This record gives sequence, structure tokens and C-alpha cells, in this order.
Amino acid sequence: MSDLVFEAVSVRYGGRRGLTAVDHVGLTVPSGQVVGLVGESGSGKSTLARAAVGLSPVSAGRVLLGGVDVRKLPRRRPLQMVFQDPYSSLDPRMSIGESITEAIPRGVLPGRAARRDEVARLLELVNLDPERAGHLPGQLSGGQRQRVALARALAGRPEVLIADEITSALDVSVQGAVLNLVRSVQRRLGLSMLFISHNLAVVRYLSDIVAVMYLGRIVEVGPAEQVLTDPQHPYTRDLLAAAPSAHTSLFDTGADEATADVEPADPHHPPSGCRYHTRCPAGPLVRADRELCFQADPTEDAASRRHSAACHFSETESHQPAIPRGASAP
Amino acid sequence: MTVALAPAGLRGSPWLTFAVRRLGRFAVSLWVLVTTAFLMIQLIPGDPVRAALGLTAPVELVNARRAALGLDDPLWQQYVHYLGGLITGDFGASMMSGQPVGEVIGDRLPATLQLALPAFAVVIAVAIPLGLAFAVLTRGGRRRGSELGFTSTTVLLAAIPEFLLAVALVAFFAVQLGWFPVAGSDSASSLVLPVIALALGPASVLARIVRVETLSVLGNDFIRTARAKRLPARLVYLRHALPNALTATLTMCGLMLTGMVAGTVLVENVFAWPGLGSTIAQSILQKDYPLVQGIVLVYGIGVLLVNLLVDVLLAVLDPRSTIRES
Amino acid sequence: MVNRRAKWVAALRTPVGAFSATLLVLVIALAALAPILWHDNAFAIDTDAIGQGPSAAHWLGTDDLGRDILFRVLVATRLSVVLAVLATVIGVVTGLVLGTLPSLLPRPAARLIVSAVNIAVAFPGLLLVLFFSVIFGVGTHGAVMAVGFALAPAFARLAQTLSASVAGQDFVSAARISGVGRIRLLVRHILPNIGEPLVVNATIGAGASLLAFSGLSFLGIGVQAPEYDWGRLLGEGLNGIYVNPAAALAPGVAVVLAGLAFNLVGETVAGVIGVRTGLRKFAPRPVAPAREDVVEDRDDAVLVVENLQVAFPRPSGWTVPVRGVSFTVRAGEAIGVVGESGSGKSLTGLAVSKLVEAPAVVTADRLDFAGKPLLTTPERELRGLLGTSLAMVFQDPMTSFNPTTRIGRQLAEVAEQHQGLPRAKASERAVDRLRAVRIPAAERRARQYPHEFSGGMRQRAMIGMGLMGDPRLIIADEPTTALDVTVQRQLLRLLAQTRAERGTAIILISHDIAVVSQTCERILVMYAGRVVEDLPSAGTPRHPYTRALLAATLDLDTDRDAPLAVIPGRPPEPDRVPNGCAFADRCPAVTDKCRLEDPVLERVETGHRVACWYPSETLFSQPAKETVTAGGAE
Repeated sequence: MSDLVFEAVSVRYGGRRGLTAVDHVGLTVPSGQVVGLVGESGSGKSTLARAAVGLSPVSAGRVLLGGVDVRKLPRRRPLQMVFQDPYSSLDPRMSIGESITEAIPRGVLPGRAARRDEVARLLELVNLDPERAGHLPGQLSGGQRQRVALARALAGRPEVLIADEITSALDVSVQGAVLNLVRSVQRRLGLSMLFISHNLAVVRYLSDIVAVMYLGRIVEVGPAEQVLTDPQHPYTRDLLAAAPSAHTSLFDTGADEATADVEPADPHHPPSGCRYHTRCPAGPLVRADRELCFQADPTEDAASRRHSAACHFSETESHQPAIPRGASAP
Repeated sequence: MTVALAPAGLRGSPWLTFAVRRLGRFAVSLWVLVTTAFLMIQLIPGDPVRAALGLTAPVELVNARRAALGLDDPLWQQYVHYLGGLITGDFGASMMSGQPVGEVIGDRLPATLQLALPAFAVVIAVAIPLGLAFAVLTRGGRRRGSELGFTSTTVLLAAIPEFLLAVALVAFFAVQLGWFPVAGSDSASSLVLPVIALALGPASVLARIVRVETLSVLGNDFIRTARAKRLPARLVYLRHALPNALTATLTMCGLMLTGMVAGTVLVENVFAWPGLGSTIAQSILQKDYPLVQGIVLVYGIGVLLVNLLVDVLLAVLDPRSTIRES
Repeated sequence: MVNRRAKWVAALRTPVGAFSATLLVLVIALAALAPILWHDNAFAIDTDAIGQGPSAAHWLGTDDLGRDILFRVLVATRLSVVLAVLATVIGVVTGLVLGTLPSLLPRPAARLIVSAVNIAVAFPGLLLVLFFSVIFGVGTHGAVMAVGFALAPAFARLAQTLSASVAGQDFVSAARISGVGRIRLLVRHILPNIGEPLVVNATIGAGASLLAFSGLSFLGIGVQAPEYDWGRLLGEGLNGIYVNPAAALAPGVAVVLAGLAFNLVGETVAGVIGVRTGLRKFAPRPVAPAREDVVEDRDDAVLVVENLQVAFPRPSGWTVPVRGVSFTVRAGEAIGVVGESGSGKSLTGLAVSKLVEAPAVVTADRLDFAGKPLLTTPERELRGLLGTSLAMVFQDPMTSFNPTTRIGRQLAEVAEQHQGLPRAKASERAVDRLRAVRIPAAERRARQYPHEFSGGMRQRAMIGMGLMGDPRLIIADEPTTALDVTVQRQLLRLLAQTRAERGTAIILISHDIAVVSQTCERILVMYAGRVVEDLPSAGTPRHPYTRALLAATLDLDTDRDAPLAVIPGRPPEPDRVPNGCAFADRCPAVTDKCRLEDPVLERVETGHRVACWYPSETLFSQPAKETVTAGGAE
């Protein structure tokens, strides 16, 4: 019942010279599943997440939680978020216990003692000593703060959890512990989760479904294993090839010379037609006959293709998609 | 998430946009200023004319003066009248002397500028090299002795208000040593003490700010890049640190200049300098409101012009500023 | 909290701190006591001594009614200080309301307040004081209101900027998501976090209002006779300045001292809050002798580093984040340096390129670049060599270029300086180099400013800057950390190609072991300021830390059904490194020996050094992780 559905959501900043950070995005986070959202910086993935919790203005479309527009939900929504920077996400002047207590919905646990027990329970849940409830964030390491942030999010009794680059500020040795924790908590509580990261390997490890975002649009979405082993969109393929790995050489997987040194497009002036055509190694830069990419927007009929890929030249879907794709772009 | 990627400087005409926006802001501020100056008189509790002429003045005189000033008209009419007057250069007339306010200002403004502008020049000429030099000398916690000396001297000088400094200068250089005249504006030498009195405090403040800004610029990655290029220290500081420190300081220079204009009010009083400052103090005491109103307006316009100038300079000097505007 | 008190004590012991505290106590004591003790003396009229200069009976002389000026100045302390404090309170409270109201009000009202404050704040305080004193009238009450309201815009602006910066932090967003209301947000999260700077500025503001008040009274607009404050005494004294300069100077000195007391106390408090503690002088740090095998000297070595140490003075003593690092880089070799944050890898890169500045101290038994000893050769002689033969690429492309200078000029500068090229020729070369790093439309791009470049293009330009000379070594410190993976790959390829074409050696510093093993043929693994393993990328890691790091690194082949490998604990702080092996606390194979004795980096086979008492002989259990496969550049 707690599907999180983005229905043709757009987020626009600024006036005439403004920027459409998220452009008609449809995406569903099915109940109890983890959707991983990848893309480069500026692709709009964080903006999309922030739109769900009301931190970015939704200029068109709707975000539905369990079928209800989130704007119509009470102020304390069953939708919580964990942020990237563990050093700014906790109030430096509040003990971690106070920070967590604040997030407990009012009226749920009357009485000081009950709330204290709840804080202890939550801290134990994220593998922290409940004795530390009186500590200030300054006394904790980055990884520990991220656990506290998770505990605070859980205190709001969410059905859906949004995790925005929660491990990208952490060292490798700490990252594993946080990811293990997130996974066990998600499974134990049966949370739906939108997990955002620029790191494909991290997304792959955690997600049931993977969505790939480019310049404000979702270009491919599908079951994680399928998208990663059989990517349909050239951008997904490029991301997979570029992911650093000790097992492959820098030059093993060749992007074409013609597109190797192209600059990323300007989000203020997105390219016409397919937004990826300026960098696409399978597009008009390389194959002159693919003029279609200049003109036609492949997101319009994306639903008909495998993984809802926004690419004119990807395989068409032979059977119904396994994953409902929210509301597809008009 | 937003990263400036494209050459925004080439699209449309950002300079035109900038000019239109900035002039628009100037116009709005000017209107606010004029309206505030107009309302100032209305906000005075009681009857300003009665207050000005004193309790002993005959009722007929008060009424006549009220009528002459148009104070009996409805507020909006007074406002329209006031605006109309301003456009034609009519600032009203002094309640005391009956002399047109515009004329008084025309008499006194040059004397004030004669003090403020040289003082500003002195501030710039002294503070910027000094701040830069001390930033370089004391960067990264070096020469803690010099840093303490510089900081305590500048803090002390900045804590002395202009008029106290003026009094001290008079007591020592004019009364004790007799090198300069105590007051007046007859000769070039009578300019020396007031200019020093005006410039010393702001120069100390600005030197400290330049030092702090330069230090923070020196902490930037691009300074490390310049050092990685193995440029000689002189070029690192003059070519890479200074321009960036100055853009950061420019806004402060503007505030300094406007503050200095305000400082003339007190300094002029110490030296009996026949400028706007001594006039405004006198007219506040005498409750000569039209005159106060006129002078406040002139000072205010000066402030707005300085701010406009600073913004234009910033836009010219800092290549990123046109983008910030749009 | 103890730490905090210690900081206050330390601040009070500094000359400025002690002076300002004493001054403030003195001012407050005078304000409290002077009117009680000397009220009568200040009003006693000595008809024998009217308007006289200093004498034995009247140390600072008398005024034109024959009253003693010293006593009057002392007694005036209370009124002067009380009025200033009152005005400050009015100013701060009004300012705080105006400054925080916009976050509670609906948008149009909020914008109106913000722009009104913006206009008002541009006007100098004294003009505002004069303006308000016209409205509030001449006299003490009017002046308090005038000075108070004149302070308000500045405080409103301050409160606005401060709360805007707090409101932008994630913890405020988190509170909003948890449904915390606007008012509670303001009271619980924003106000406590802007309190300290506000208090500091209020103290400084009290100093300012003291001065403003004395100015007003001096002009005759403030305190009216028979009451008197310092400003009024000053105005009266000025009239008789020929007879008795002391009458004018004494109240002046009082104003300045009191103003200074407020100002300096504010600055001292700011210093304590901002953790600006003074550094003491230290005895030179005894340099630990080399503990490792002397590095094999090779004829083709570009860089030889032996026992490199970097130390920083801290209030508690020397901190040594780099504790004896030795390695060589041969011509054309690509070496990766990996480690977690705080391992000293970046500092090692800066130290070998001579970019570590005082007060940090760099020592080494040997630090030779291209055959020149860097630590003993005079700076002037080195400049040309380093400027043309050593190139640097830094982590953050957004801040590594001078924002006010065109990219082309920033490159050309190198050629002008080190190759003596005239301006035009240097610019030509700059364009040529931008082309060499494959920046499209190089000629046009050279005329652009850094902010018009994307991150990836800036890093290219940075490499191009290094290629202005003929570099034998490029040190790249996390050059791709701020970039997206696709751009990262472009840049790593560019580095590899540059190396292949010109035989340039590369030191690639990164936290990502995968990135490093793709690009380099040899890897130095750093931990707590030491190299713990030096191995070929194709070799089998033998140090437990390297193995743990590899196991914890996620890639596209990680088993999704197994929990991720983790390294328990945290690396030691640089000033608390244990005596034994620094990794002992986190090591699965730790023994007593590890805790007592620090292992030395020793050769275990050709081209492979390990600092571990029990270097692993066995291979990893998972065959897939057996080796860090070499990528290398073809």
C-alpha cells in the first residue's frame, strides 16, 4: 500500500532563464522494494528525491504515496530522508537523542520515558550504543553520524525511505558497514526505498530495480540484474563501461573517439530531440543516418521499449514490462 | 546541483540586462529615499512649525508659516507637491532664514566634498598596500609579533571616532604646536587636520579588511596552483591574490566612502568647516525641518550613487558577476 | 565542555584577551560605583577655580562653572554606558525580529522586509542616527531610540545571513521532513546556531553605539544639560580647548577606552568560538631516523624519496601526519598512492612537490627530483626546473583556477616565466597545449574564464598547464574525485596517453583502489602516515590492510547476496598513533608483537615491499579477488 509514485513530475527553478532540473519524470517505488537511481551530477536525481519530501517545488505532475498526493498528507508524512553530508545533517547543538526524539511523531509515544526507550531502541537498531544518546554530533565519526541520521529517519515511522548519496562522503572501509545496515533495516522493516547514488556498484548492490537518469529524465528503468547485464540505453552502457574496476583496463571498453571528449550538455539548454545525442556513441555523431535523434524525443514512446529505454534504437518490448512505470511521460 | 557550464557571457546581452536591472533598483531606492525624507517630517510628533518657532511665537506667524509650507493640505497633496518640487529642483525653503534649501546645499556641498574626497583617496592609498603587505608577511601564522602590532594598532585607531581624533589632533598640532589652524577653511593647510581625522579610522578598518580578505584568498586552491607554476612570490601576490582580494573588498570600500561622508558631519563641527555637516547639526537643533530634509536627501543620494558605482565596478572587475546578476 | 573552559582560560591569557577583560571589568565597576562615590564631588562648584587647567586640586582642571572635570568624567561613565547598552538592546531586538521574521511570514511580506533592510543597511549608521533623531526629537530618549533603530538594519542583515546559512543545512531540511513547524524550527534549530555570532556582534555593537551616542551628545542632539555623558563633556571641553585641552581630551579618552573594551571583548569571544588559539613556539622536532630499507637507487629515477616526514605544530605539540615515507619513481612509471582520508597521501604529494608551506615542516633523508636535492637547493635555482618539469593536478577543478583571469593567460604565464616567451608567443603555446589535451575550440576556450568551463574541461586545462613545459613527472591528487565516472574515464585516459606519448612519469593519488589499479603499474598503500605496502598492480596484496581495503571495495561483480566486507574501527588520529603497528586495532591477525613493535617496510619479493610482521602468504579465498589486475596504459 505504500508505493511511492512519481507522476510526470517536473521541477523548475528560476524564471525565464531558469532550469528544468526534473522534466516529466515518472517512476514507481513499489512497496517493500528498493529502487536505485543513478546518474551524473546535474542529472536531477537529488532534485527528484527532494521533490518527494517537499524540499523542491513540484511545478507539474504529482507525487503519490499509497495513492494519495503527498501534498495532501499531514505535515508528518510517512516518508523520510537521509542526506549525503553527515556533517551538516545533524544539528550540532542538539544531542543525538534529542534529534531523534524530535522526529518521533507527536502523540504516538506520550511520556518522556516511552520516548527515551524508543530512542534507545532506534539506536540499537542502527548498531549504536544507546548510552550515546546524550552525545553531541561533534563526538561522532562520519559513519556513526550517518547511522544516527538513519535512526532519526526511522523515528518518523516511515513507509518509504529516501537515501540521497548517503555513502559518498564516507571512506570505503565505513561505506560497507553503512550499506549492510541500510539493507538489513530495509528488509527487517519492509520499507520501500529510493536509493540515490552516482556509484553504479553501490546502487547495484542494494537495489531491486534500477533507474538511470540523464539531464532531468529517466532514460532506462528495470529490474536491477537485467538493466545491468543487458542495458538498453547507450548512456547506461557508457556508465557501466566507465565504472572503475580493477579487472578491466581503461581502454578495454572503447567509447568512440568522436564522443570521447565531448563536454556534458548544459542543463539550462538541453539538446533537442534525444537529450543524449550530443554524447551518444550510437547516435548521429557516429552514425550519420540516425538523424531521428536530433528531432524526435525518445521519451515519448519509451514505455513500448524494453526497460522503458528512452532510445529510438533500443529493442522494443516483446512482453509487458515487469515493472509498472508510474505514469509515462506524455 | 547547478553548474555553470556554458558561456553565458555570450548569450543575449547580459550587460544590458545588468544595466536595466541595476538602474531599476537605483530608481526604486531613490523613490524610497525621497518618500522617507518626506515622511520624516510627518512622523515628528506634534506640530513641527510650532516646535521650530518656539512656544512664544504668535499664532498668526505659525499659521502663516504652516500655510506657506503647505502643511495644512491633505497628505497626498503634500506628497505630490513635494515630488513636483524635487523634479524642478525646488527643495523648499529654510524655516529660519527663508533661504531656498537648494541654494544652501549648493553653497555647502562643495566644502564637504573638499574634505571627503581627499580623505577617501588617502584611505585607499594607505590601506590597500598596507593590508596586502601585512597579509603576506603574517600568512599562515608567521611573524606573530607584527600581526599583534598591526592588529592592535588598527583596532585602536578604528575605535577612535573621527570627531575625537579631530579633537586630539587640534589639541596637539594646532593648540600645542601651532602647525595648523584650529578651525576654518581659509588655506590649504587648514585641510590637513580634518582630512587626517576623517581618514585614519576608515584606513585602519580597510587595512584590516584587506588583510583578512587577502589571507582568505591566499588560502584558496588557485594560489596553490600559482605556486605550483613556480611563479615568483611577487607575481603570486600581485597577479593572483590582489585582484581577488580587491573584488572582495570593493563593497567594503563603498561602505567606507559613504561612512566617511557621514563622518564629515562631526568633523566639520569640530573644525567649524562650512560644509553640509555643520549645517545639518545646526538645523536639527534649530528644528529647521525643510533644511534637514534637503540635506538628508543629498546625503542619501550620495550613498545610492556610491553603491551604484561599486556594483558597476564589481561587474566590470569580476567576470562572474554578470552571471550572478542574471 | 572541559575543552571549552580550557579555551576560555587560554583566551584570557593572551595579551589582548587579558587586556580587554580587565578593561571591561573596569568600565563596569566604574559605571556601578562612580556615581555613588563621587556624585557630590562632580557637582561641587569651586568658584575660585573656574575654567582652569590641571592643578593639584583639580587633576584635569575645571569647567566654566568650576566643577572638577576628572570627577565628572568618572561619574559620566554610568550614563554613557547605560545609554549605549540600552540602545544596543533596542537595536539587537529590532534587528533580530526584522531578520528572522521573513522566515515565518508569507513570501510577499518577507520579501518586503528583506528589501527594506537591504536598502537601509546601505546607509551609514550616523546618517540613520541623524534621521531618527529628527523624528524622535532632541534629548536623551530620542537619542537612545535613534541610535537603537540605526543599529537595527545591520543586525537584521546579520541575522538574515546567519539564519539563511543555517537554514540551508541538511539538519534543517531533515527537521522539516519530520514535520517540525516553522516556529519550532526557528526556536530549536536556527536561533541556537546563530546565537554565538549574534552575541559577539552585539558586544561590538555596544562599542559602536557608545561612540555614536557620544557623537550625538557632542553635537548637542543627545543628552541635555544638566545631565551629562562623555559626549556632552567633550563638546563643552572643546570650547575651552585653548585654556584646558585636558577637558576635551579626558572624556575622549574615556569614550575610546570603553568602546575598545566592548570591541576587544567581542573579538576575544569570537576568537574562542572560532577556535583561533595561538600557536606557541616549539623546539624543533627531533626527526625520527629512517626505519626502512634504503630505496634501490636507479639511474632512471625521476624522484627519490627517503624517510619523508611532514609535521604540523599544534597547541598540544607536533602532529606528524606523514611519518617516514620512502619510494622512487622511475622515468615513465605510473605509481598510484591509495589510502583513506587522513592517511597522509595528499600531503605526501604536496611535500614532494615542495608546496607544503610553513608552519608545517618537511624533512627527508633524501628528496631528489631529476637529480636535484629539493630540500637543500635554493628556491631560486629550483624554480625553473620545477616550473617546467613537474606538473600538478589538484582535486577540486572548481577552485584550482584563478576566477578573475582567463584560462589562456593562466597557462601562458608559465611559458612567459620559465621559457622567456613574449606574451603573444606564450598565448599561442597556451592554445596549442589546450588542443593537446583535446579541448574543443581551444582558441575560443583560451579566452574564457574558468567559470565558463565544466569540471572535466578544467582538469584538462590543468593538465595542459602542466604540459606548457616538458614535464618529467605529473602529480595528480585525486584529479577525478569531483567528476562523474564517464568524465573520470576520459581524464584517466588523457593522463595515460600523455604518459605514453611523452614518457612522463605519473603519481596518481586516489582513495579508489580500482581507479589506481586501472591506471598505474605500481601501488603504494598508505595508512596513518606510512606506506604499508608497495606492490605491483598485478601482484598479490600481502598486507592485511590492503587486502581488507580490496575486499571492502564494491564493484560490479560484488556478490549481492553476501554482506559487504567491512574494516572495523577507525584509523588512529595523527597525534595518537600507537607505538606498535598502526593497523593493529583493526587487524584480524593481530598478535602481541604487533601491538608492541612497529613493523618496517621490507622487501618480500622483487618490487614488492610490505610493512607487516605476518605478511599473508595465502591467496584470497575468492579467486576473483586474487589479484589487482593491472590495467596499465598501452
